[in-house]
Amino acid sequence: MSKLLIQGGRVLDPGTGIDKVADVLLVDGLVAGIGSDLSADGAEILDGSGLIVSPGFVDIHAHLRDPGQEYKETIATGTEAAARGGFTTVCCMPNTDPVIDTRATVEYVLRTADATGRVRVLPIGAVSKGREGHDLAELADLAEAGCIAFSDDGAPVADGALLRHAMEFASISGLTVIDHCEDAGIAAGGVMHEGWVSTRLGLQGQPAAAEETAVARDIAVAAETDLPLHLAHISTRAAVDLVRTAKQRGLPITAEVTPHHLTLTHEAVAFSQNGSNGNATLLYDTNAKVNPPLRTADDVAACVEALREGVIDAIATDHAPHADYEKACEFDEAVFGISGLETAFGLCMTLVRSGDLDLPTLIERLTAGPVRALGLERSVPGLGSLAEGLPAGQAGAPGDIVLIDPEAEWTVEPERFASKGRNTPLAGRTLMGKVVATVYGGEVVWAEEKVPA
Amino acid sequence: MAKNATRTQTSRAASTPAAKRPTPLNPDATSERLVPETNWTRRHLLDVDDFTSAEIELVLDTTDAMKEVLARDIPRVPALRGTTIVTLFYEASTRTRASFELAGKVLGADVINVAASSSSVQKGEALLDTVRTIQAIGADVCVLRHHASGAPYIAARESEFRVINAGDGQHAHPTQALLDAYTLRSELGDIRGRKIVIVGDIAHSRVARSNMWCLTSLGAEVVLCGPPTLMPVGLNGSTSDAEEHDLPPVRVEYDLDIAIEGADAVMALRLQRERQSSGLLPSLREYSRLYQVNGERLAKAKPGAPVLHPGPINEGVEISTEVAHGARSLVEEQVTNGVAVRMAVLYLLLRGEQP
Repeated sequence: MSKLLIQGGRVLDPGTGIDKVADVLLVDGLVAGIGSDLSADGAEILDGSGLIVSPGFVDIHAHLRDPGQEYKETIATGTEAAARGGFTTVCCMPNTDPVIDTRATVEYVLRTADATGRVRVLPIGAVSKGREGHDLAELADLAEAGCIAFSDDGAPVADGALLRHAMEFASISGLTVIDHCEDAGIAAGGVMHEGWVSTRLGLQGQPAAAEETAVARDIAVAAETDLPLHLAHISTRAAVDLVRTAKQRGLPITAEVTPHHLTLTHEAVAFSQNGSNGNATLLYDTNAKVNPPLRTADDVAACVEALREGVIDAIATDHAPHADYEKACEFDEAVFGISGLETAFGLCMTLVRSGDLDLPTLIERLTAGPVRALGLERSVPGLGSLAEGLPAGQAGAPGDIVLIDPEAEWTVEPERFASKGRNTPLAGRTLMGKVVATVYGGEVVWAEEKVPA
Repeated sequence: MAKNATRTQTSRAASTPAAKRPTPLNPDATSERLVPETNWTRRHLLDVDDFTSAEIELVLDTTDAMKEVLARDIPRVPALRGTTIVTLFYEASTRTRASFELAGKVLGADVINVAASSSSVQKGEALLDTVRTIQAIGADVCVLRHHASGAPYIAARESEFRVINAGDGQHAHPTQALLDAYTLRSELGDIRGRKIVIVGDIAHSRVARSNMWCLTSLGAEVVLCGPPTLMPVGLNGSTSDAEEHDLPPVRVEYDLDIAIEGADAVMALRLQRERQSSGLLPSLREYSRLYQVNGERLAKAKPGAPVLHPGPINEGVEISTEVAHGARSLVEEQVTNGVAVRMAVLYLLLRGEQP
C-alpha cells in the first residue's frame, strides 16, 4: 500500500467546491481523504504549506506528434512537459503519421504512454480516415480501443454532412466530436490575423470570418442533431457570441480557448512584447505564428470574458511542438503552432494578477471544465476533481494533484523545456505563478528541487 | 544612361556641394568622402517606415552627389573599393538587380550576383544557411530580394553583414520608395503638401507600402486608389486611427476620377495578372475601365502632373500606352535615378557613419 500525504496547503477543487487549508491523503493512487487529522503512518510527505493544492490539470487539446514526428515531440517528452506544466491528463490529437484512425494506432499510443509517459494520455481519434475529410473512420472501434473523442484537428471537417454523420456515429459510443473551426475559402492562405498588423507586415491575413462562419455552421448542425459538439480553440469575439447564444438556446455546444488567445494579440507577431520597442525592427516572429492566429485586443477581451462566464468551458493548450528549423525561416514558410504545456499556467495567471479572472475560476477551467466539456468522467471516474467517494463505488478520484505557488516569479527559458518544441513567443518573459510539483496516480512525477519528494 | 546630366541641374542639386569633388584618381581615394557630413546611424536598410524626414533627405541629398558622379566622363570612384556586395535574389528582377550591381561597381566595390534559381537554394538550402554562406564568403553587404515578407529582417538578425531590402514579398521596397521620392523631388521641388495618388493593387504592393511611409514622412498628402478587393485592411483614412495602429496617415479613395482630381503626381502600380484568376477581379477589362491611368483621367490632375510607374509595365492595363510613353511619364528617369539612389544607400551604409 503506497501512501502520500500533502500537508498544509490551500486545497482548491472547484469541481467539488472545496477551498480550505487541509491535508490530502492519497492511498494506492487514489484520493483517500481531505482533512486535518489524517494519519501520516507510513506515508510519504509533501509539504504544501503556502501552496495551492488542486486537482491535476486536464489538457483536452495537445499534439504529442507520436507516432511519426518524433523529431518534434514524443509521448515521453510531451508528457514530461505536461507534468512540468501541472497537467496530469493529456488528450492527444490524431494528426500523427500514421493518423490515429485505426485501433492499431490507438493501441500504439496507449502502450507507449504506459511504457514511457509521465502522465495519463487519452487519445483523440480521427473523424475521417487519414483526416482527409471524405470517409468516416471506424469510430466505434476507435472508441472501444480507448479514444475519448474524435477530431480532424489541424484541419476543419469541411463537409458539413460528414460532420453530422460523425456526430451521429460518435453518439453510439457516447463520445463528442471536436471541430477545428475554419472556413478554408475565407482563410485562403492567411498566415496571421487579418488586421492592421498584417497590413503593416505585408503578410496574407486570415479574416476572423473564417472562424466565425465555421462556428455558425457547426452550431446549426449541432442544433439539428441535438448531439454534443466541442469547438476547439475559439479566438474571436463573434465566435464567442455565437457560442453564448447557442448555450442560451440550450444546445449541447462546448468550447475551449488557449492560453495564448487569452493573453496575446496579433501585435506579438510584429512588435516586442517586452516594452522597449525603441529602435527595434519588425519581428516577423514565427513563434507567434499559430492557427487560429493571435487576434485583436478586443477578441482577447471577449475570450477572457467568455471564459469567466463559463461560455467557454475549458482552457486547452493546443500544445504544438515543432523543430527549431521549422520556425527559423521565412514567416510564410514557418509552420503554425506554439509549444504551450509548460507556460500555460503561468501565462493564464497574468489574468488572475490583472483581476480579469479569479483563481478558483482559472483552476476550474483547467480541471472540472475540460472534463465536463468532453464527458471524460465516463472514461476516468472522478477525473479533474479531488472527490473522496465516487458513485461507482470507487474509493476516490485519481490521485492527480498539482502544487502551485501563485506568487513565484520565473522566466520562460525555452532551452530548458522538457518539450522538444522550443517554439514559444514568450521566451525571456517573466511570469508569476508556478507549478511547484505534480503528482500523478499518487506518485510525484515532477517537483522543483526545493520540495522534498 | 549615366549621361543624363540635365536632371542634376535641379534646384536641389545646386544646394549640395557638388562643385569640389576629388578626382577619382586620387591615390588616397578609398577614403574619399562624397558627402562631407552625415548623421547616418543605420546598420541595415530594411524599410523606410521608421525613417525621419531628415534621414530621407540625407539619402536624397547623397543621391544628388551620386548623380554628379554618374555624369562624369568616367563614372567610377573608388569610394567602396575593397568591399564586397552580394546580391541575393529569390525573385526575378531586371532593373533592381542591375541597378544595384552597377551602383556597386561605380563605387568600386566587388559585386557578386547570386540568383536563387541557380544556387544551392534549388537544392533546398534554407535562407539562414544561405545567409551563413554569404557571411563566410566575407560579404559586407547583402542586397536581398525575397518572395516572403520579412525575409530581410530574419537575415539581418542572423548576420554580421549589412542587409539592404531589395523587395520582400508584399511588404517593403525601400530603395524604390527612395528613388520615387527623389524623382518626385527633382520634378516638383519640395513635396511637402503635394497630393500624390497611388493607383492599383495596393494590397499586394511592396512599392505602395514603402512609398506610403516615405512620402508621408516627407509631408506629402498620399491618396491610395484601387478596387476594394486590392486594398489592405486598416487603411481607412482616419489619421488618428492610423497613428494608433502604426500605419501611415493616408487616405483611401475607390473612385479614380475623384482621387486624381488636382493631383500633383500620379503613381500607377503593376497589376499582377494572377489577381484575376484568384477571384479578386472580374476581368482585366473591368480593372482597366475603372483604374487605368489614361489621358482623359490625367487631365483631371494638376496641369503637367507627372506619372510614375515602378515597372515592369502592363501597357493598356494599369496605364495607357500614350501616358506610359508620354511627355509626363517619368518612368525612364525612375530607372536612371535608381542607380544613383542605390549608390547613395550603399555609400551611406558602408561609409556614412562618422568616424
